[in-house]
Amino acid sequence: MLADDLRGLFYIALKDLKAYYFKPPNISWGILFPFAFILAFAIRNPGDLRALVPGLLALTVLFGTSSMEAIVIVFERRLGSLERLLLAPIRLPALLAGKLLGGMTFGLTVTLVVLAISLAVFGSSGTNGLLLFLALLLSATAFSALGAYVSVAVREVFEAQTLANFIRFPMMFLGGVFVPVESLPTWLQVVARCLPLTYSVEALRAALSGGSWATAALDLGALAGFSVVLFSLAVYTLSRRIE
Amino acid sequence: MTEVIQVEGLTKVFAAAKGQPPLRAVDGTDFTVYEGEVFGFLGPNGAGKTTTIRMLTGLSRPTAGRAQVLGLDLAADLPRIKKHIGVVPEASNLYDELTAFDNLIFVMQLYGVPRRERKARAEELLGRFRLSEKRDAPFAKLSRGMKRALTIAAALAHRPPLVFLDEPTTGLDVMSARSLRQMIAGLRNEGVTVFLTTHYLEEAERLCDRVAVIVKGKIVALDTVAGLRSSAQRKTIVEVTLAGADGQPEKRRLECEDGVESAVQQLLAEAGGRRVLSVDTLRPSLEDVFVQLTGLSAEVMLAEKGGKGLVLSAGEGGGNAGR
Repeated sequence: MLADDLRGLFYIALKDLKAYYFKPPNISWGILFPFAFILAFAIRNPGDLRALVPGLLALTVLFGTSSMEAIVIVFERRLGSLERLLLAPIRLPALLAGKLLGGMTFGLTVTLVVLAISLAVFGSSGTNGLLLFLALLLSATAFSALGAYVSVAVREVFEAQTLANFIRFPMMFLGGVFVPVESLPTWLQVVARCLPLTYSVEALRAALSGGSWATAALDLGALAGFSVVLFSLAVYTLSRRIE
Repeated sequence: MTEVIQVEGLTKVFAAAKGQPPLRAVDGTDFTVYEGEVFGFLGPNGAGKTTTIRMLTGLSRPTAGRAQVLGLDLAADLPRIKKHIGVVPEASNLYDELTAFDNLIFVMQLYGVPRRERKARAEELLGRFRLSEKRDAPFAKLSRGMKRALTIAAALAHRPPLVFLDEPTTGLDVMSARSLRQMIAGLRNEGVTVFLTTHYLEEAERLCDRVAVIVKGKIVALDTVAGLRSSAQRKTIVEVTLAGADGQPEKRRLECEDGVESAVQQLLAEAGGRRVLSVDTLRPSLEDVFVQLTGLSAEVMLAEKGGKGLVLSAGEGGGNAGR
């Protein structure tokens, strides 16, 4: 049964990447969108552009993984094609893990392009490669799980887009991308500590500036925790929809 | 005979909508489907046909009752059951973005068909369902009949011994429906057990070895088509045509099982001295059986574009006797 689950989740991810993700508008949007935000911020506040790279990468992972992920499941449910997966000999967590893997793969691919550009411009001195890999992987897992949860929690595609943006945009301004979390009022710092993007930016900053593992361990743990909770919520919510 | 599906007291109750009582979509059904037969579930829209299929294929959880599919318990062995069944849902549900060929390949990947067999099997199915020319066309670009054919092909891709077909010809033009019926009939020759739901009497008569008639979630009759027909033909209908006051003839009917004299006398007595234009005796058709069993009207309506089919629909009304 585990072999069926693993095979199923792999081919679901592959099918999603082929059918939905790797389309030219999706790729260009995934790369341009975070750059546009960072550029707008940098023009208004010219300074140490290198300091913006962790935020840029975190935003790219966030939007790359969750934009399509938040739509895919509700879209397939509306069309009826989600039933084809529900009829297949795989268990529900494997089905959702396949969806998650598709979103993660696309998000990480787009982020690697942005990372390559950033390293070419700013150099790679002080970068902790393993920490960077783990930070990107766990960020992608957490944001993809967020997208999956949004997608199973709603009934219409437009609701998924609205809910995803309702979560992502405040997170973008509170998660330490443009302004350090420490500079926010105390109550907003508390809010920021409840957002996965905050931990993603911190872990990526540690990875790119030679920060210690001890500093990043909490962030990686928090991202893993968000991944587990959001994925479990998505599985539970989808199972409740099977009456 | 080997039992492929055994159902006991299967029940599905949907939670109450606002201001409405809970809906008993399937209400304690019992039936058995045997290996190699085409078993029909015949009933009007909303009778519980699709809900029964959804429960037997794991898309919906039964409220009560138990079922065994392919010798496995539905509640305990669902993933193993799913591996050995094919399902054609009421609406074609393949992926618009993938080609006909890629859709079949994806389904085979999900069901674990060995890599070396997938391409040949996909080509074989495309040929068998007359879709070879559309091999590389996206699913979205296929006609409705072709989509239906590809959906059936996808359900057979992993060679399941049991296939569920939910209203397979609904909404198709006459030629597509006929072609699909031939394909379904062909499945029996391959030893595949077919569980078919339909609201077309004609389809049930042509395809099914046995038919269960379901109304409001309950099975009201279960027999072979011949058995259902012979039960009806023990009866005779006497039809008297009277001259109406407005010049239009008026028909009156009465069913009888033993001799027609008393029925004729009764109808003539009811005529009250009006002129009798004709007296006929009619044999009830299979359709009349369903009318009698279900209390629903069976009416001839345009069910398929360009042609006519018999469709059971909810409502009051009388029979449609055939001579």
